[in-house]
Amino acid sequence: MRINCPLCGHRDIREFYYLGAEDYLVRPAEGDLEATHEYLHVRKNPDGLTKDVWQHEAGCRAWLLVERNTATHEVLTVELIKPKKDILL
Amino acid sequence: MRYNAFNIFKEGLTGNKGWRPAWREPEPKPEYDMIIIGGGGHGLATAYYLAKNHGLKNIAVLEKGHIGSGNIGRNTTIVRANYFLPGNSEFYSHSLKLWETLETELNYNVMHSQRGVINLFHSDGQRDTFARRGNMMINQGDDAELLTKEAVREELPYLDFDNGRFPIYGGLFHKRGGTARHDAVAWGYARAADQLGVDLIQKCEVTGIDVLGGVVKGVQTSRGPIRAKKVGIVVAGRSSQVAEMAGLKVPIESHVLQAFVTEGLKPAIDHVVTFGMGHFYISQSDKGGLVFGGDLDSYASYAQRGNLPMMEHVMEAGMALMPAIGKAKVLRSWGGIVDMTPDGSFIIDKTEIENLYMDCGWCYGGFKAVPASGWCMAHLMAEDQPHEVAKRHTFERFKTGCGIMDEEGTGSQHNLH
Ligand SMILES: Cc1cc2nc3c(=O)[nH]c(=O)nc-3n(C[C@H](O)[C@H](O)[C@H](O)COP(=O)(O)OP(=O)(O)OC[C@H]3O[C@@H](n4cnc5c(N)ncnc54)[C@H](O)[C@@H]3O)c2cc1C
Ligand SMILES: [Zn+2]
Repeated sequence: MRINCPLCGHRDIREFYYLGAEDYLVRPAEGDLEATHEYLHVRKNPDGLTKDVWQHEAGCRAWLLVERNTATHEVLTVELIKPKKDILL
Repeated sequence: MRYNAFNIFKEGLTGNKGWRPAWREPEPKPEYDMIIIGGGGHGLATAYYLAKNHGLKNIAVLEKGHIGSGNIGRNTTIVRANYFLPGNSEFYSHSLKLWETLETELNYNVMHSQRGVINLFHSDGQRDTFARRGNMMINQGDDAELLTKEAVREELPYLDFDNGRFPIYGGLFHKRGGTARHDAVAWGYARAADQLGVDLIQKCEVTGIDVLGGVVKGVQTSRGPIRAKKVGIVVAGRSSQVAEMAGLKVPIESHVLQAFVTEGLKPAIDHVVTFGMGHFYISQSDKGGLVFGGDLDSYASYAQRGNLPMMEHVMEAGMALMPAIGKAKVLRSWGGIVDMTPDGSFIIDKTEIENLYMDCGWCYGGFKAVPASGWCMAHLMAEDQPHEVAKRHTFERFKTGCGIMDEEGTGSQHNLH
């Protein structure tokens, strides 16, 4: 697997850290226990197309939203995630 | 037909013409009392104990492929009871006791071999942690022995003891740990369940779960609809897909775990050896192949194959631990879909839908759990109450944060186990 980092180009997967599903990009309101549980634990976990959050840890260290296929390991699109106050990156 | 020495002898003298298929191939009936979705180790064991321990008759296991085609036939076969936390301790202890009588119980040779598991440690701090784990194992009633470096050297003379990065300080020896023949466990439970009247229905993929007014009514399958009073979802890596058929979302992320086997060699490695610091473990199969593996690739995957960086990492760790294995040639490598929970421990619980139960979240360690998981899932489905040794393994613990069983102490998050 290689990921096409928008800043560094095609790089080997060993340079990247996997955080998890894109659910991490929508932080629940503080005190909302049900939503916090969903955010932290409950996953759609699709067999096929998915979007998940990676960091180009051993490269430019940018956080990336990667669209890929979990059944084939094909990587489709990669976008930069803009840092926002309300997401935990 | 019972399997025994006399029958082998008799068949040997009469051209082996008397052997019969180990189980029937029945057509699905229109309705069952209990349907188990998934004919892996856990599903087959659940069906067996429903019939054996609870006296139930009208049971079916629905398997989309053939018996043994999932992770039950893809794992590295290690069986142990060296867990640390309440919840896991008593459950795996129960499981190991069931393993110790499994062959007589099933009348099937599952090749359970208690060759001993040695977990190596490499610092004073790690020794303390392992001593503490060993004490927990002893408190649970299982066996553990702390070995000095010299004692490890006597058992495992082929290790590189003075490795620059991870010199070996000693090991935690769990003598009752070992291995078993994975396929035989599936076949043994399948045959024994069939003999108690369980219908094993292969090439029968569940495609829908019928729910009416919050109560499960049956399933839709590639071989037509089947009604059921109770349904158990026991599909390991496919838990999210099957749960979704009932409108449920579960705290599971499916990852890929790889394993490797070399050409057959003369007996060289007598135990199961784990090198946690390098994420590497190894044993030798009865055919002679060195069977080894490491950590997850660490991204969600259903590909049933991994990527090269993890292969390279596992080979490097193996070479660091026992340089002699560099001479062996790797024959095969493969991957399986493992159902990871946030805390790395499993779930055997009811769902929000009445009469629908789930047994899932086995992560990379569900082979050793097969007997106790079947035992406890059968108890839950038959009695509608959790079994004593599995009562902590709920869905609820993630929501409340109370009773999280994070053996590694890394945090309750999918990518950390
Ligand atoms: C490489 C590797 C090494 C491992 N090593 C060890 C080890 O050393 N020790 C240990 O304790 N554990 C180990 N494990 C973990 C262990 O193999 C699993 O936790 C365990 O086998 C999972 O339970 P199971 O046997 O029921 O799963 P499976 O055999 O995967 O059974 C699930 C079944 O459900 C069926 N199914 C799925 N969807 C449907 C559907 N819609 N309809 C009908 N049927 C369906 C599948 O076809 C499959 O047969 C390892 C796993 C892997 C991948
Ligand atoms: Zn980059």
